[in-house]
Amino acid sequence: MATLKDTKSHDMGLHEESLKGRTQQRFFSVDETSNLTYFNSFEVDTDKAATIDALEMTPREINIAIRELMESGVGSITVDNPMSRHGVGVGILNRLNLTFNDSLGYFGCGLIDGPNVHIKGRVGWSCAENMMAGTVLIEMNAGSTFGAAIRGGDLVCRGSVGARTGIDQKGGTIIVGGNTGAFSGFMMQRGRMIVCGDAGRNLGDSMYDGVIYVGGEVEELGIDCVPGEMTELDVRYLSSKLDLYGIKSPNGAEKMHKYVSGKMLWNYDKLEAHEKKVAL
Amino acid sequence: MCGIAGIIHKKGGASENIGAQMTDMLQALKHRGPDSTGYAVYGEDNGNQIMRLKVAEAIELEGSFSIHAEIAERIALVDSRLSEAGVKVVSKENSTEYSLRYELDFSGDMKKIADFIEDIEGVEILSVGNTLELIKDLGDASVVSSQYGLNDFNGTHAIGHTRMATESDIDIRSAHPYWAYPFSDIAVVHNGQLTNYWTNRRDLERKGNRFSSNCDSELIAVYIANKMSEGVDLETAMRESIDFLDGVFTYLVTTKDQLGMAKDCMAAKPMVVYEGDDMIALASEEVAIRKLFDHQIHTFDPYDGEVKVWQH
Repeated sequence: MATLKDTKSHDMGLHEESLKGRTQQRFFSVDETSNLTYFNSFEVDTDKAATIDALEMTPREINIAIRELMESGVGSITVDNPMSRHGVGVGILNRLNLTFNDSLGYFGCGLIDGPNVHIKGRVGWSCAENMMAGTVLIEMNAGSTFGAAIRGGDLVCRGSVGARTGIDQKGGTIIVGGNTGAFSGFMMQRGRMIVCGDAGRNLGDSMYDGVIYVGGEVEELGIDCVPGEMTELDVRYLSSKLDLYGIKSPNGAEKMHKYVSGKMLWNYDKLEAHEKKVAL
Repeated sequence: MCGIAGIIHKKGGASENIGAQMTDMLQALKHRGPDSTGYAVYGEDNGNQIMRLKVAEAIELEGSFSIHAEIAERIALVDSRLSEAGVKVVSKENSTEYSLRYELDFSGDMKKIADFIEDIEGVEILSVGNTLELIKDLGDASVVSSQYGLNDFNGTHAIGHTRMATESDIDIRSAHPYWAYPFSDIAVVHNGQLTNYWTNRRDLERKGNRFSSNCDSELIAVYIANKMSEGVDLETAMRESIDFLDGVFTYLVTTKDQLGMAKDCMAAKPMVVYEGDDMIALASEEVAIRKLFDHQIHTFDPYDGEVKVWQH
């Protein structure tokens, strides 16, 4: 099979100059099967299990150990004693059953695409940031910027979470069993956020799109966040989603409130005042 | 960035090795700020006043041939002024060449004594209190702890700080904690940036308050001290500080028997709290609290504008 090196890049003379930035792109061809696999992802068997004792390990060592197990085809990994360390369980791009028998620190399980993660303790700031697919389930509380910029998957916290939950959310679903802090859903662009308890100040501030459901009290709505109409579809969706994780909203799914973008900010209408007059 | 930590053992509990506990927590936060480390630790009350002071900056020792003689002169002057003010020195210890610990038998106007001592060039009082001892120096927690013998310090509560210098110099003067001059036993540590520091500093200076550094965090200590001088209790002063201070911040305050925490309206700076039956521990990161526990614990993040005060 021809390789990229032998054909396109040479044909284009790219090996005769120092390559930087966008010239690092990979040229796609369906004839090259290597292009059809996900870079840095592994074929794993979820029936093959292994345990890592992280008590004396650095975050880097924990991540390398997880990667080496995945490389060898292990599809169910349990990590004991992560001891609230930061940046653990990140960048996993294949299906995997990953269990942490303790709490994680900051940026745990960020940039993942596919694994099912179960964290039996608490997580610090920015858990699952930029998550693309899979499930992350946290048994206790979570810190601020929970699910920052997630693009897909289900991110679930049975307890309460800090401020700025789902900031810049671009997809997926964030579920909070307890309360969420101020500025949750800030600049949300797509996806769904379900908060069973109360929400702090400035909920959904400057949100572009997406839906936020709140079961308890909302301290204050943010700019351009407005109440939406709950439909039968919403209730069915909420009931099935919450049932999936065994989470109950205190007053039931039908009593939850829905919030959406009012789409009245400048970015939805770029016409200046005098231009509007002409257009009208 | 800076890292802050606090720990308070509930009343009735035995005196704990608070120095070693705080060292473990601060060492775990070293990555948040390696420039300097500071402790405000609360020990046993034997009726005397403990005064911690420095007579020079650590950095001065490297750049001057005459500094050793000057330090000796300053210490002699401190001794003579204490004597002149009628203060009985029960004990006197050097932790380093430039930092001293005095145990004083005195019950008069502490502000007057503090002003008299700080009038000596190069001398700064770090703390005065019945139980408070404020220790701060350059380096990480393990360095400062071994320098000042903190691993053997027993007490009831403490706060600490690892500093990444952003707004002011890397020196002891700008290191945390800050003593809430001239009040006995009150100290503050802070993580964040205060954007209305100069405006408020000038206002407080016009009211006669003293600032010893150009570090924005000192504003909190002075503000709390100023409020308490008006008879306001700690929790109320902290609640009012949320509106008074502009910027992003999380800070801790300790008194003789209390530990307080306040967070700005954006909840922009981190804080993780563990509330147990016997003790409360809080820090910028849970990884610091976990240095006290080998098992999973229940912790939470306080919300925006939240103030909490715990009693020993």
